[in-house]
Amino acid sequence: MASLDLEALQTRLNEALPGSAVGQEGGWLVVPPDQLLAVAACLRDMGYDFLTHLSAADYTDRMEVVYNLHSTRPDLCGPGIPFKVRVPDRSDPRAPSLTSIWQGANVQEREVWDMFGIRFEGHPYLKRILLWEGFEGYPLRKDWHEPYFEQEHKPFASRWPDADRSRIKAEDRVRWRRNVQYPTDFDPDGYQQLPEFDVLPDGKIDLGGIETDQIFVNIGPQHPSTHGVFRMRLGLQGETVTNLLPVIGYLHRNHEKIGERNLWSSNMPYTDRLDYVNSMYNNFGYAVAVERMMGLEVLERAEYIRVIMGELARIVNHLACTGFMLNDMGAMFTPFLYAFEERELILNLFEAAAGSRMMCNYFRFGGVSRDLPAGWLETCRDLVSNRLERTLDQFERLLTENEILLARCKGVGAMSWQEMVNLSVTGPMVRSAGLAYDIRKIEPYSIYDTFDFDVPTHETGDMFDRYIQRIDEARESVKILKQALDRIPTHGPVRPEKKVWNPKVPAGELYSRVEHPKGEFGFYLISDGGINPYRYHVRSPSFINLGAFEAMAVGHLVADAIVLLGTIDITLGEVDR
Amino acid sequence: MFGLGLLKGMGVTIRHFIESYVYDRKPWENRYSPEWLEKHQRVDHKGLYTIQYPEQKRQIPENYRCIPMLIYEGTPDNLRCTACGICARVCPPQCIWITRATDEKGRPKAKPASFWIDATVCMSCGSCAEYCPFDAIKMNQQHEIAPTDRNRDLLYDVATLSVPLDYYAKLHPTDYAAEEAARRAKEEARRAAQPAEGSPAPQAGATPA
Repeated sequence: MASLDLEALQTRLNEALPGSAVGQEGGWLVVPPDQLLAVAACLRDMGYDFLTHLSAADYTDRMEVVYNLHSTRPDLCGPGIPFKVRVPDRSDPRAPSLTSIWQGANVQEREVWDMFGIRFEGHPYLKRILLWEGFEGYPLRKDWHEPYFEQEHKPFASRWPDADRSRIKAEDRVRWRRNVQYPTDFDPDGYQQLPEFDVLPDGKIDLGGIETDQIFVNIGPQHPSTHGVFRMRLGLQGETVTNLLPVIGYLHRNHEKIGERNLWSSNMPYTDRLDYVNSMYNNFGYAVAVERMMGLEVLERAEYIRVIMGELARIVNHLACTGFMLNDMGAMFTPFLYAFEERELILNLFEAAAGSRMMCNYFRFGGVSRDLPAGWLETCRDLVSNRLERTLDQFERLLTENEILLARCKGVGAMSWQEMVNLSVTGPMVRSAGLAYDIRKIEPYSIYDTFDFDVPTHETGDMFDRYIQRIDEARESVKILKQALDRIPTHGPVRPEKKVWNPKVPAGELYSRVEHPKGEFGFYLISDGGINPYRYHVRSPSFINLGAFEAMAVGHLVADAIVLLGTIDITLGEVDR
Repeated sequence: MFGLGLLKGMGVTIRHFIESYVYDRKPWENRYSPEWLEKHQRVDHKGLYTIQYPEQKRQIPENYRCIPMLIYEGTPDNLRCTACGICARVCPPQCIWITRATDEKGRPKAKPASFWIDATVCMSCGSCAEYCPFDAIKMNQQHEIAPTDRNRDLLYDVATLSVPLDYYAKLHPTDYAAEEAARRAKEEARRAAQPAEGSPAPQAGATPA
């Protein structure tokens, strides 16, 4: 990452807040817990107003909560301010909540509470978010072991040279029931998954003198409109949404714990399974993060291939999202399948290059897994120059002036970018509200700084603007693709000479982010110098964007809430991790 | 004018309709011929992209990967695998299980005594094939592997996994050619390094890269 003058910042903070003792260590500011709120407020007033990432790490003798603060101001944007809070007491860890400054901290603090058991004081609704209330233990603590636990790190010793075959298909032998433990104060029989409810805002709505009771409607987890196993609990007055609670975690598989057990290199195929609509970009984010830690240069041809794959994935995502949005609106399947024609062609290209249509697993540290097959670039050029723009034009003809779409979308879910930033919303949504915040521009990674492209923005951030924003961004992607296909070197290696299956990563910690089609996609990684990550955290854009769902949907109709979910563009593989 | 946008949108729908049912579906064309299939996968195609699986099957690209396979040369007991264990260690979900063979005196031999892959766990990532130094494990493309009993039929042993070298050469011709070229180049380099010794050429694939 580009350097940031942490020394100067530390001095400024300590001057601005007399009596504070902000320290510094390994590129991170260390803030004492009792001064966290004051320091955060001070940083916000300095212009660092965008809390994009919040996570924690367990060091067995203490815990740390880490924050990454960025700025929306053009003069300050770029690498953000990383700061952390030490929580020495592991038996009852506590830290102040930042929800009073940034509402976006809400979901991320709940996740940290869920996974680490760090209690955030002042949090309005500190409940488990991915796991259920009857779950015993905090899975990302280092002393927590899952059922079927074998060893702390892969590779597992039972596989070679004397395979312990009794372990094959352990699931048949382990009785699941015996693995269920409940917290001491938990009664499994009396458990009501969503009690009637302790956070009800008084959602009184004037329906012109008609008296209605608030009723609760659960949509999901199996419902065609929820894009996966996702449930929303709607509180309704008539047909108007008065409160909304997303219930997530159905697909939770503790991706981060798996990531900590894995080798650095074998995490790559797991990132495919996060946002399975554009696995290429997940690979991109992880590869960039680990390369930054290793200080690895990427080969030139590989860089171009990466950008081409990444932008193709972005087009797939934006087309699919537009199609899904129409599906949610009731235009069942036909326009959705128009979008899928191009997706089919692009996935064919992915399959030809990487070997798989969706689970690409194509990126490697320092390059990509294999060179493009013969004729690939010609097909891709044909697709980009003759087909993609025409498809985008076709969508615009189909939708942009369509009176029904306008009536459904204009003004629904509108939100200012300041509100979105407060809720940590990133990606096309915040750009559609008018903030030109694109990590490819403000903190360029890979070779994005050599391409000529714009960051389109729109004004209101309503559903229509989000749709048109995605179409415009896909157009910019086509622009990047054309340049990349022109300039890609015809020959050259695409991966480092030596294939290393167990690369070592120098000790350190960093937060690295890329502009994923859905928003800011970041990895918070800690290495202890070994072949496994010590901490592996995914800052997933869908999950955090979903935190803004309630604020957008309240006051609109149920049918609009469903379309709103479509325009937020979530993938449950990434929300639940 | 109100309604113009709707009409424009309907124009798009009608164009798709004409492309699918008038331009594309010509009754005199055999819908199940390979030519039809090829035409319907092309970038410049207009009309339907749906194909009728299982009557029609897409041409699978050479790089496609599904479940690993073990390669033998000549007879099935002549596996290339030396039981070095790299595939078992690099496998992300740890679904490969190898026992190394030993000779009569109990010393390890460069052969697997047993080799198991749990196909229910395999995530088809291809890491084993990528990092194998002996080109002994490669990715099979047989993807229609649904059995009736997952516990019995999806735990693959050596017999299920082994395939002849020719089969691999046919599935991945480019990779095979590149590997053979690299092997020949290496052999020649070795021969050039020790001239006039008259040493016999080393066995194919018997030395690590």
